[in-house]
Amino acid sequence: MMYAILCYHEEDVVCAWTKEQDDAVMARLAVVQERLTKEGRMGASLRLLPTSAATTLRKSQEPPLVIDGPFAETKEQLLGFYLVDADDLDGALEIARALGEANPGGALEVRPVGLFVPDMRQGAKS
Amino acid sequence: MTDTALTDTAFIHAALTAARPQAMGALLRYFRDLDTAEEAYQEACLRALKSWPQKGPPRDPVAWLILVGRNAALDGKRRAARDAPLPPDAAISDLDDIEAPMAERLDGAHYRDDVLRLLFICCHPELPHTQQIALALRVVSGLSVKQIARAFLVSEAAMEQRITRAKARIAKAEVPFEAPGAVERAERFQTVAAMIYLVFNEGYSAAADPARAGLCEDAIRLARLLLRLFPAEPEIMGLLALLLLQHARARARFDAAGEPVLLDAQDRTLWDRERIIEGLALVDKALRHRAPGPYQVQAAIAATHGRAARAEDTDWAQIDALYAALEFMRPSPVVTLNRAVAVSKVKGPEAALAMIAPLEGPLSGYFHFHGAKGAFLLQLERNAEAKVAFDTAISLAGTAAEASQIRRYLDQAAGDSAAKKGGGDVGPGPADAS
Repeated sequence: MMYAILCYHEEDVVCAWTKEQDDAVMARLAVVQERLTKEGRMGASLRLLPTSAATTLRKSQEPPLVIDGPFAETKEQLLGFYLVDADDLDGALEIARALGEANPGGALEVRPVGLFVPDMRQGAKS
Repeated sequence: MTDTALTDTAFIHAALTAARPQAMGALLRYFRDLDTAEEAYQEACLRALKSWPQKGPPRDPVAWLILVGRNAALDGKRRAARDAPLPPDAAISDLDDIEAPMAERLDGAHYRDDVLRLLFICCHPELPHTQQIALALRVVSGLSVKQIARAFLVSEAAMEQRITRAKARIAKAEVPFEAPGAVERAERFQTVAAMIYLVFNEGYSAAADPARAGLCEDAIRLARLLLRLFPAEPEIMGLLALLLLQHARARARFDAAGEPVLLDAQDRTLWDRERIIEGLALVDKALRHRAPGPYQVQAAIAATHGRAARAEDTDWAQIDALYAALEFMRPSPVVTLNRAVAVSKVKGPEAALAMIAPLEGPLSGYFHFHGAKGAFLLQLERNAEAKVAFDTAISLAGTAAEASQIRRYLDQAAGDSAAKKGGGDVGPGPADAS
């Protein structure tokens, strides 16, 4: 079963990390990800730019409205996600715990994937 | 999983830095006095550092800091008034469930105006620029007086005095505490944007000095904060993009010896890709609004450089066109000088020399003018005239690095037959927006 692990955190706080703090977190995450990749449990992952770079297409009207900013103004923002392979929720939560230990604060939402279409472009970056 | 770089205290400090503008803004609204607000916030931070490592951070750190800070300041006043006993510290060590939504209601609605007021107070028109910057770094960014003093190369006592004077002026001035109207808001963000740009330039002009280079990061943080307040304002997108794109080159701008490396000669693999991508995304977003302004145009210029994988890939015609737009919006001899550098690449050094000829008077005392003029002359192999221009530039150089940059050109003018083609990138830094 594929799970998406959605990474939420206050981006103000993450932006306030020093470069050294940020690098340290990324290095710790890399260790966990490398292990999970070897075990065949880690799929794609990505880190999003701050919500100030986001644009939202609101489809509540025709034509849809283009709005600057993220979909929801919340205290914590979606900052990235991982795709992982686990037998069941316990397995997915175990992965989330390992990722969470490497990355202080915030929350991780574990969500089963319903449909997964892999990147089929020629020479697509994995 | 312990790691010295990841101690809880370091991350609590990051949380406190992030919470500071909103918490300070709310406390300023309660107390209407900068010193009281600052003391209240300081006290709340001290209590956070004591209580959070044990109990874990509260669910809403900002609301916690506002309430604890407010209570602490009120306690202080009461104590001073009638020496009443204090409630035990634990009683306010976290919000209970009744208080949290109240704090949310109180402060969520005011968030934007609180933070904008805090920023705006620091750029009060009666304050000279040096005081505006110092105050913003102290009050909004939370830098210590010692850190600010080091960044501005003055003694701690002098900086303390500068900040105290700024606060005294503000205390005397009328600061509006009611929510501003739309026009006033727009005026405020222009003022604040200009102040943020000044902070950035202080760091950018001295990026080889780590104590000062940190100012660039502080300015980026402030610009992010401002964009959060005005998420649909293209000029703020432009400002943040400009700062990100300029700062992306930080690691390539100086060599190991601290000598400046010109744009053409920079190792572009040292450019920070993530900052460039974010800057390009913001320029892209801003352009959709079709409401161009000086920050957007300057960001677009920086973006054109950022897109070029190699110096020779630079779209100089595009940069020339963008500087022409900037000249139209903000006519200034420095902008024209910058444009001339682009013109020298597109039409050749002769056209560039013709373009800067009328600037001889207004820029006679400007280091970069004589540097650029010398570089154009050198390309035309008019070495004797180039030497005169370079000598003038050296006499006007503000730093040893600037002087040594020109000396390298002088060596070429003195008869180095392998004179480097395509020089002339002695253009000013980003300080040409004023």
